[in-house]
Amino acid sequence: MGNPNSGKSSLFNQLTGLRQKVGNFPGVTVDKKSGTAFLNETTEISVIDLPGVYSIYPKSVDEQVVTDILANPQHPDYPDVAVVVVDASNLNRNLLLFSQIQDLGVPVIMALNMLDIARQQHLEINAVRLSMQLGVPVVKINARIGEGLELLKVAIEQQIGQPTVSETLFFDPGQQTVLTGHDMKGLIADVRQQYQLTNNYLALQYLIQHDGFSFLGQPQRVKLDGLIEKYQFDEVDFQAKETIGRYKRIGEVVKTVVKDKRPLDQSTWSQRIDRILLHPVWGYAIFATVLLLIFQAIFAWAQPFVDGIDAGVAWLNGTLHEQLPDSPLTDLLTDGIIAGVGGVVVFIPQIAFLFLLVSLLEESGYMSRVMVLMDRIMRQFGLNGRSVVPLISGVACAVPAIMATRSIGSWRERLITILVTPLMSCSARLPIYTILIALVVPEKTVLGFLNLQGVVMMGLYLLGLVAALLAAYAFKLIIKAKERSLFVMELPTYKWPRWNHVGITVWDSVTSFVWQAGRVIVAISIVLWVLASYGPGDALEQAENRVRSQNANLPAEQVENRVASEKLEASYAGRFGKILEPVIKPLGYDWKIGIALISSFAAREVFVGTIATIYSIGSADEGNDNTIREKLAAEINPETGGPMYTPAVAFSLLVFYVFAMMCMSTIATVYRETKGWKWPLIQLAYMSVLAYGSAFLVYQLMK
Amino acid sequence: MSHRKIQKRSVADLKVGEKAVIESFSDQWMSLKLLEMGCLPGTEVCLHCKAPLGDPICLNVSGYCLSMRKSEAATILIEQ
Repeated sequence: MGNPNSGKSSLFNQLTGLRQKVGNFPGVTVDKKSGTAFLNETTEISVIDLPGVYSIYPKSVDEQVVTDILANPQHPDYPDVAVVVVDASNLNRNLLLFSQIQDLGVPVIMALNMLDIARQQHLEINAVRLSMQLGVPVVKINARIGEGLELLKVAIEQQIGQPTVSETLFFDPGQQTVLTGHDMKGLIADVRQQYQLTNNYLALQYLIQHDGFSFLGQPQRVKLDGLIEKYQFDEVDFQAKETIGRYKRIGEVVKTVVKDKRPLDQSTWSQRIDRILLHPVWGYAIFATVLLLIFQAIFAWAQPFVDGIDAGVAWLNGTLHEQLPDSPLTDLLTDGIIAGVGGVVVFIPQIAFLFLLVSLLEESGYMSRVMVLMDRIMRQFGLNGRSVVPLISGVACAVPAIMATRSIGSWRERLITILVTPLMSCSARLPIYTILIALVVPEKTVLGFLNLQGVVMMGLYLLGLVAALLAAYAFKLIIKAKERSLFVMELPTYKWPRWNHVGITVWDSVTSFVWQAGRVIVAISIVLWVLASYGPGDALEQAENRVRSQNANLPAEQVENRVASEKLEASYAGRFGKILEPVIKPLGYDWKIGIALISSFAAREVFVGTIATIYSIGSADEGNDNTIREKLAAEINPETGGPMYTPAVAFSLLVFYVFAMMCMSTIATVYRETKGWKWPLIQLAYMSVLAYGSAFLVYQLMK
Repeated sequence: MSHRKIQKRSVADLKVGEKAVIESFSDQWMSLKLLEMGCLPGTEVCLHCKAPLGDPICLNVSGYCLSMRKSEAATILIEQ
């Protein structure tokens, strides 16, 4: 544990070798994470990484986790040894938390990190003296490159074997009678006796924080309230006095261990960069450029890779069709599985680019500046500057984005952020956008350097953003504030991205996309193939016979095509799509798109795979070496005789997917984060209405 | 103008680059958070920069950069 941005997660990664997301802005670890490490050849320990906090008094849900564990020795995660990571370049503030954890009576080790940055700032720290002053083991580490790990492990081993806890408290609430004018000694003694506590500071936590402690029952809370009443204890006032008292002692300690050789008034690099990046004009211009660059990269730079993979999948499918014997199993493999999976694999380059750029923003420290830049604007919409992180990560995936809202202190701002985040176009929508845009938007260069398809793509993302802000504004009017909004936040110094961390983030995102989306898609592809290849009774044969007898004089190839499509229509999937057709007809969709819509409720990217599967089955083309895009372009609307995917249909679909909440995992995450079905259902309802309404408008206007 | 003289100056009134020493807080709830972040009475702060619309602001305090809204900065009263 430790302050935000002190390097806890880096150390955790170094100790466990487990890959965990590390970023350079507060709130990267929003939940506890655990892994295992080897102390020596025989001893394995379990390591828990907790969210960063500034003190033991939580200000938001993610911070609550730390207090819950440390204040409750019966907690399953209560540590044998607490390793507190301390940022040496900001010793005073880091020691506040350290002294609180130490006073709770947990055996502690201080891992003194970021000494290199302190040195750059001309701070010399005497670790030995610090250790003697505080009475705890202090180990110098460099979590970024893994220095000092062996010494840290030795220290952990010693603390587990023979726990040493400082005899006297850094700040003893029981001795503050003079400070407050109340009988603190008697009050603390009463609490200790009632709850059999051995520690004065823990007793104080019971007094101040009992409403937040889930392990205390209602009668216990009432009892504590009674004690507070009896002694006329003022919690807020005492907490302020505690913080000041601690800082006073910390100041004395720091004076003896730190040699501050900082030249006065010299602005650091970070401050000079801030003047540019937070400049009234340049600040927004740079932010807009950065966003534009991201979209250019996703659409234009990733395209060669996308084309390569697309052609490769089509080739594989065609070759398998030629080489393998004609059987239902071959059809299942090619039309079902490969067509479906191919639709997903194609988007790996774009997702890799997206996560690469977003993680660069996080690593460098620019993300926190964006929060400052946007807070004023976000506030107008009932959001918080911190909502920027969920909204931007929402471009990658709504699930981690919604979890990242835990660092927003006010419940109202957090809830609104959760409700609107899925409107940000996530990477799962990319496949749908890409394929439909490529189908109806010509590949032209506008303004000399911008790809028109890229511009349309950015327009869709902006549409999502604008919708998110408007929806937030609407919710702001509906949802009442329960507590005050807060935006006090540390701005970390700029750092060079650690390329290995960036690499890990990209690799993790891509693999989890392929595995999680891939599994669902394989399953759905198989189910869909079965549903689309078989029908009730002998409906399929009847359809085939009917077509053959009616069209006996047509060329053989056309008959085969018509047979295939009539058979699909008679299958289970076709019937299902037909039932749905009246509902989606006003949006311009036919029953085939209907099947894809329904199956994409599991996850949006399934849409493309489904479409690919349906069109593969629904055509007699034996070679099957067409790419998905070619298959879509070749699809004919039976009513008009023209292409099925007219601009009106394509844009109607695009707008539908910008707004629709087609994602099981997001619904599940919102359920978990809001602890109930009320908000996810409200969210599902408002987004569905929005999606249907706007898709309807788009189609009717463009038709 | 006479009204302004009675009011104490706060961090929100600082100009970019201006320094001041924290005297007290006008909001107890807010002061808890600010104290934890190292804004103690007697500490020197320096307004390092302002966001484009003049809000939020960034303060240099005890060796690091802290950003907060103008309304929050207004609760930090400074010595004249």
